[in-house]
Amino acid sequence: MSSTNAKHNWWILRIGRFSYKLDKRVLPVFLVLLVLGIVILVTSVSYGAYDITPIEVINTILGLETNERFQLVVWQFRLPRILISFIIGGALSVSGAILQGITRNPLADPGILGVTSGASFAAVASIVWFQTPATYLPFVTFAGASIMAALIYLLAWKGGSSSFRLILVGIGLAAITGAVTNIMIVFGDIQQVQQAYVWLAGSVYGRDWGHVRSITPWLLILLPMAILQARQLNTLSLGDDTAKGLGVNVEWQRGLLLLISVALASISVAVSGTVGFVGLVAPHITRRLVGPAHEGLIPASALLGGVLVMFADLVSRFVIAPSELPVGIVTAMIGAPYFAYLLYKTRNQ
Amino acid sequence: MRSKTKRESSSRLIQSRALLSLGLIIGSVLLLLCLGWSITLGAADISLQTIWESLFAFDDSLFQHLVIQTVRLPRVVTGAMVGASLAVAGAIMQGLTRNPLASPAILGINAGAAFAVVLTVFILGSPPLSVYSIAAFIGAGIASVIVYGLGSMGRGGATPLRLTLAGAVFTTFVGSFTTALLITSQDTLDQIRFWTVGSLAGRDWALFIQTAPYLLIGLVGALLLARQITTISLGEDIATGLGQNVVVVKGLAAIVVVLLAGGSVSLAGPIGFVGLVAPHMVRFMVGQDYRWILPYCALVGAILVIIGDMMARIIIRPQELPVGVMMALIGAPFFIYLARWKVDR
Repeated sequence: MSSTNAKHNWWILRIGRFSYKLDKRVLPVFLVLLVLGIVILVTSVSYGAYDITPIEVINTILGLETNERFQLVVWQFRLPRILISFIIGGALSVSGAILQGITRNPLADPGILGVTSGASFAAVASIVWFQTPATYLPFVTFAGASIMAALIYLLAWKGGSSSFRLILVGIGLAAITGAVTNIMIVFGDIQQVQQAYVWLAGSVYGRDWGHVRSITPWLLILLPMAILQARQLNTLSLGDDTAKGLGVNVEWQRGLLLLISVALASISVAVSGTVGFVGLVAPHITRRLVGPAHEGLIPASALLGGVLVMFADLVSRFVIAPSELPVGIVTAMIGAPYFAYLLYKTRNQ
Repeated sequence: MRSKTKRESSSRLIQSRALLSLGLIIGSVLLLLCLGWSITLGAADISLQTIWESLFAFDDSLFQHLVIQTVRLPRVVTGAMVGASLAVAGAIMQGLTRNPLASPAILGINAGAAFAVVLTVFILGSPPLSVYSIAAFIGAGIASVIVYGLGSMGRGGATPLRLTLAGAVFTTFVGSFTTALLITSQDTLDQIRFWTVGSLAGRDWALFIQTAPYLLIGLVGALLLARQITTISLGEDIATGLGQNVVVVKGLAAIVVVLLAGGSVSLAGPIGFVGLVAPHMVRFMVGQDYRWILPYCALVGAILVIIGDMMARIIIRPQELPVGVMMALIGAPFFIYLARWKVDR
């Protein structure tokens, strides 16, 4: 089933005709992230207005603790929102990794490209006008994001798509949806408007198991799809000509990957609003750790993105306690300086 | 010399110098007409004749005269001033960076000014009006330094993509701080939510008089620099070769942009796309000479904002849209058009 290739730093998994080539660096990175993730998870659950010690948290999660108050706080109040942070972090991160691969632009991100603004516009509109329940929101945001992605792709098309035009057209379209969202903000009732603001800033406040259940199926389909497409993504990121030479149907492959990426971004918008910069930052850090091959990059960046947002969520509850910031503001505070650093790094390209 | 003039003039709609001057006069008349037309529109329709009387034979016992003098006139004059300032600021930015997508909104200067104002309101509660503009200037200044610095690093200099990306990211970054402040304080949010999307509603003379001097200085400064900006827009090497001190001119022009953009934001909130659209319309008419571009921009920008404001008031009568939203709906498609067809990599 699995064999080690002594000469190169790869593991190659084979199941029948299917093979999967994994950079050896992935395993230690994965383990470290896993430990880090568990530490942050436990710290995050134990921190709050009602303090619970980490030991008690672990016992409660494992079912060894009988204190009903602990069970309520841990299971009902804190665990779901922390899990949501983890899930959306993973989804956004993979979405960004795919976008960066297919546009071959290290600065691509579902937020910068304007895809999330389509999703969040659809969500705000459906919340304000139709009071859509949470279960259907992933569909709504997916529709909004897909229409947005299709429009960006179409308008940027000029005998082929260039990442340069994709980004600029995305910025323009985001301005239009932003203007319409502003109309809703200006005319809404002040309470609703404040909620909309929180939502637009990206928040996981008060998320419950219903939210977790509404997006988990999507993730269970999309993440394996992304991982299975890793090899095609590698080929695409070599450039269209090379990919065509290697027998890849470039436009079809790119379309499929774009769809996966858009879907991942939109499910995260559905439960938590627009949490920015994760899709940009997480794949970058991961690429440094495990190299550019997407077989390892995609699962590792999912984990890293999840841990990152979980950490941001902890920070967002900590900074102005007892009140809390939307998590999207914390990710922007981390992400924007990182983006500036990236602009600096790529300054001569 | 002759051939140069010929080449220059062939790329513009209006050919001769006399016609260009005439165009300015026609533009001014159009602007006045728009101003008048805009004043007539509102909850109570007011005739042009009444406007004339209220200006030159003011009678404070007449309700309509009071409405004109205290509500409608300050609003349209503010709109015209803001439009002119943003358009001129946009033209200068496009000339200096040689980037057709540059404008105060796209490059994050409006967002920087807006954040500074929100922060001030958040800290001071209801500050005196003069504080708004000072905050806006500081915000605009810091924003332009950061965005230009980020976007122009490296060998390629300030390419359209890098500058636009730097602006977009700065806008997102600062916007998230603005949102954070607005979320934590419902009072601040209620006080300025209309302002944060760009609006001319309820602007009175007091605010206008606070800020107008800065804008006037900015506009005059822009016209004085027009010749030097034209030279720089041909390329910095050429400008240096012609004996121009590029650094000084760029610095002065940056101050002008900050005065114009910051002042506009403190008056009407961040109104986007005027600074992008107006210079392109003007260049199509008058060519590449900034001595003509800048005055035309002032007129076209003013007219654009006045018309945008009128549309914003008419579309969903009796309520009104913020003019900032209206301008984005008009201007963003234009931005996409430029990005798709007019920008070379």
